[in-house]
Amino acid sequence: MAQRVFIGAGAGFAGDRTDAAGPVVDALARCDGARFLMFETLAERTLALAQLERRRDSSRGYNPSLERFIAPILARCLDAGIKIVGNFGSANPHAAARRIAAIAQDLGLRPPRIAVVEGDDLMGRVTAAELAARETGGTLLAKAGEIISANLYLGARPIAQALDQGADVVVTGRVADSALVLGPLMHAFGWRDDDWDRLAAGTLAGHLIECGAQVTGGYFADPGVKDVPNLAEVGYPIAEIDRDGGIVIGKPAGSGGRVDRQTVIEQLLYEIHDPAAYLAPDVVLDLTGVTVEEIAPDRVRVIGARGRPAPETLKATVCVDGGVLGEAEISYAGVNAAARARLAADIVLERLRQRAPLLAIRVDVIGVVSLLGSAGAVPDIAAAGSSDIRLRFAAQAATQAEVDILLDEVEALYCAGPAGGAGVRRRTTPRLASVSCLIERKFADPRVVMLDAMP
Amino acid sequence: MSKTMVELRDIANARSGDKGNRLNIALVCRDPAHYPVVAAQVTADRVAEAFASRKPTRVVRYDLPNLAAFNFVLDDVLEGGVNASLGLDGHGKSLSFLLLAITIEV
Repeated sequence: MAQRVFIGAGAGFAGDRTDAAGPVVDALARCDGARFLMFETLAERTLALAQLERRRDSSRGYNPSLERFIAPILARCLDAGIKIVGNFGSANPHAAARRIAAIAQDLGLRPPRIAVVEGDDLMGRVTAAELAARETGGTLLAKAGEIISANLYLGARPIAQALDQGADVVVTGRVADSALVLGPLMHAFGWRDDDWDRLAAGTLAGHLIECGAQVTGGYFADPGVKDVPNLAEVGYPIAEIDRDGGIVIGKPAGSGGRVDRQTVIEQLLYEIHDPAAYLAPDVVLDLTGVTVEEIAPDRVRVIGARGRPAPETLKATVCVDGGVLGEAEISYAGVNAAARARLAADIVLERLRQRAPLLAIRVDVIGVVSLLGSAGAVPDIAAAGSSDIRLRFAAQAATQAEVDILLDEVEALYCAGPAGGAGVRRRTTPRLASVSCLIERKFADPRVVMLDAMP
Repeated sequence: MSKTMVELRDIANARSGDKGNRLNIALVCRDPAHYPVVAAQVTADRVAEAFASRKPTRVVRYDLPNLAAFNFVLDDVLEGGVNASLGLDGHGKSLSFLLLAITIEV
């Protein structure tokens, strides 16, 4: 049984740096204890997009960056006995597992033992009406069209089981992000399913590193007030956990970034609502007794997590078609730019009043009022005194044709609008509406399948 | 001792996170000694006022004295959230800076 476990984060979101894991693996290889590398690459809507891709091509539907995440570190992990755990399986963990096997073969490595955790996908197991009856805080599903994806957040036990069976690589679809860390800890320390305080500590360790650099200086720097050294080469985190659930957060020696009380507390509370009751599939985590202590440069000890019995229900995210988002931008610069931009906005809004009176349109003035403003009125452009103005128009509708009415009008400003209109860019993005449901555990059917046992 | 006005940014850090149409902002005192003055002045009502343009339906403050930190939870301020907002920042990632602009007396 391990005395100390080291878990590094190789990615904290689907679009994360693909070269971040290398220095983490090098550091893990020098650590004495059980070692794991986790990848968290699955946002809410990522899974629905992956499901759509799988429908088009049954060999796809996993994280498109899988190869770029895995190929650079697979040989070193297999050599050093560092196990890899990732939710990059998205909507098709089996295809991801086969892809990893192929990568290993291409690199001339021994065939890794690859396990797939399945059972998060509710499609075909729970009806649309059953999901609608379990929607939290809304009634979107009752009136929505076809369901695109419905996935439970599985807990850490199946990941632990996969590692118990000797997996070198564990591929999952939707699991709680923190389970990617708690699973290895349950495996390495033999933690029981009702050891609530330890499960809480493991969940906290997962919460702290699941967003990668966000605990080591990323999403933190504010020059002059909160400076971060060498953010361009920020080191991704490594959590050291002892068998009683004590956590130390660090990062590879010589890497950029910083790990201290400030960076750790910001991440500790990231996306938390009630700090006394953070609901995970395996435990309810209470953060109110947690303390954070700097024990060495770039090393922070975190202790005091408490746990209560796991919730009766599991969360599921359900995605349905959300129509199309259309965005178009145009710039005005130089003398009297504000008046010309204002005129341009008025022209577009007047045209849309006639051509698409029901379409809700948002107007932003980028660099003046966009992020901190509110939707509705056109911002007061002249008040800002800018002579370099970028207007942004946005609308959402069920069909491309409806938003094209807006985008066409913005583009038409080139010839038919105020003087000097420049740099039109337009794009449309398919949208997915997502809702949360609470699902009884009887609908959960987590299974572990080894790749060599797959049909 | 005379008191001075400071922006929260001068003494505290903040980080935004989202879940659907709900925003949370962690506010962390850089010097734990400032915890009591922040607790006294940066109330849920004060934060609701700072976010009035986003029309929060509910603002709750959770206190974490061990960490010299607070967690503010603001309901329905993300214009529908990342899957529905027409704005550029459906996650509300920039909104921590609205909180950091609040001025208090220290």
